Amino acid sequence: MYPSRFRYEAPRSLAEAIGLLQDGGDYAKVLAGGQSLVPLMKLRFASPELVVDINNVPGLDYHRADPDGTLRIGALCRHVDLERSDLLKTTQPTMASAAPLIADPIVRNRGTLVGSLCHADPQGDWASVVLALGGSVVARGPRGVRSIPLADFVTGPFQNVLDEDEIAVEAVIPAAQGTRSGGYLKLERRVGDFATVGVAVALETSGETVTRAGIALTGVGGSTIGATEAAAALTGRPLTGDSIARAADLAAQAARPRTDHRGSAEYKRHMVRTFVVRLLDRTDAAAERAA
Amino acid sequence: MIVYDDPDGQPATDIPVRRIKFTINGDMKIAEVEPRLLLSHLIRRGLGLTGTHMGCDTTNCGACTVLVDGRAVKSCTMLAVQADGHEISTVEGLATASELHPLQEGFKEEHGLQCGFCTPGMMMAAKALLDTNPDPTEEDVRWALSGNLCRCTGYQNIVKSVLWAAEKLRA
Repeated sequence: MYPSRFRYEAPRSLAEAIGLLQDGGDYAKVLAGGQSLVPLMKLRFASPELVVDINNVPGLDYHRADPDGTLRIGALCRHVDLERSDLLKTTQPTMASAAPLIADPIVRNRGTLVGSLCHADPQGDWASVVLALGGSVVARGPRGVRSIPLADFVTGPFQNVLDEDEIAVEAVIPAAQGTRSGGYLKLERRVGDFATVGVAVALETSGETVTRAGIALTGVGGSTIGATEAAAALTGRPLTGDSIARAADLAAQAARPRTDHRGSAEYKRHMVRTFVVRLLDRTDAAAERAA
Repeated sequence: MIVYDDPDGQPATDIPVRRIKFTINGDMKIAEVEPRLLLSHLIRRGLGLTGTHMGCDTTNCGACTVLVDGRAVKSCTMLAVQADGHEISTVEGLATASELHPLQEGFKEEHGLQCGFCTPGMMMAAKALLDTNPDPTEEDVRWALSGNLCRCTGYQNIVKSVLWAAEKLRA
């Protein structure tokens, strides 16, 4: 399968890339890892007239923490870099547990987290993780730089708020106010398949008290679902069997699953509840061991 | 040289072509490619290296896996123009004139292939693993090959083959 014919540019700076996008108008696409865009172009679901490949732009392949703990992930940071990251293993449990579950090992060698957020597939795993962590996307364009919370960044399936001449240059995860815990669980029929159900839980605790909670769901609705009521049920109190059960019920209620070849709606809703309990129980047990 | 089909009937002068320079199995090459040409097609049709197989053509099966700067990549999901300035390795680069690569020997010794279609992709994904982890566990091998599908479902022996090769390479 061939993509439709397009013009290709491989700029060596962001300024040059933005300039090319300004000239490219409606029909330009930014190419980073290409693990979603190239398949879409081969299927002709996307037929850009201009492809701006940013792989030759230096200095975008980072992921690093600011002194205050804010995590920044550059547009060319590959999934594999996050999978192997000691920084994530020690400071970002939800991201560290999600990284090895993205697509398959070969796709992870090229695909990027920022690209995954921009692609805005309702089944994308990173969107749930970043949503649960309260993260945002930083976009750069001719009018400057702006930061967009992920909840506002994605406007629909495969749609985001980027202007035609803007590039998403990094994803940002805010610093934790307490001790981080949580994780990502994904039910998939085989490696590389879309999630039948995915659940991201991100907690911050101070002493016994949960100071911030984020729960987001993959694959159980027309978009990534932020289970805000479930998260609210955990906040401001210690984690208990009751609060865990309440959060799991509310998360299951927030899910909007549809019956398909991956499973029935009832089964998927049940798995949301199960995953929330498993993730929170794990956190609870870890806290008890630490105490 | 790559000869393209032209169903669109555009004048040749309107067709964007880019010149790229890259290394394939150690040899430096220069090619002129249309940006929409996939790396897999450059390898198979442009260079005649048909050891790299096209299976699903949808980023699922891993039969077209090659190494780009040592990292395993599905060559059906990368544009040929993106190879500019990079080093590509395919299954043809494994053996020398007189000797099989230990991975190829391993697949022979442990009966690691049945129909053989997935084999080149399996070998290249395994090579990327062994280059970074010379002493993998069975679990490490299964993990590294989890992006490659074998429709004969011969995974058991593929894993054994890779472990055989790892041992030989360490000896």
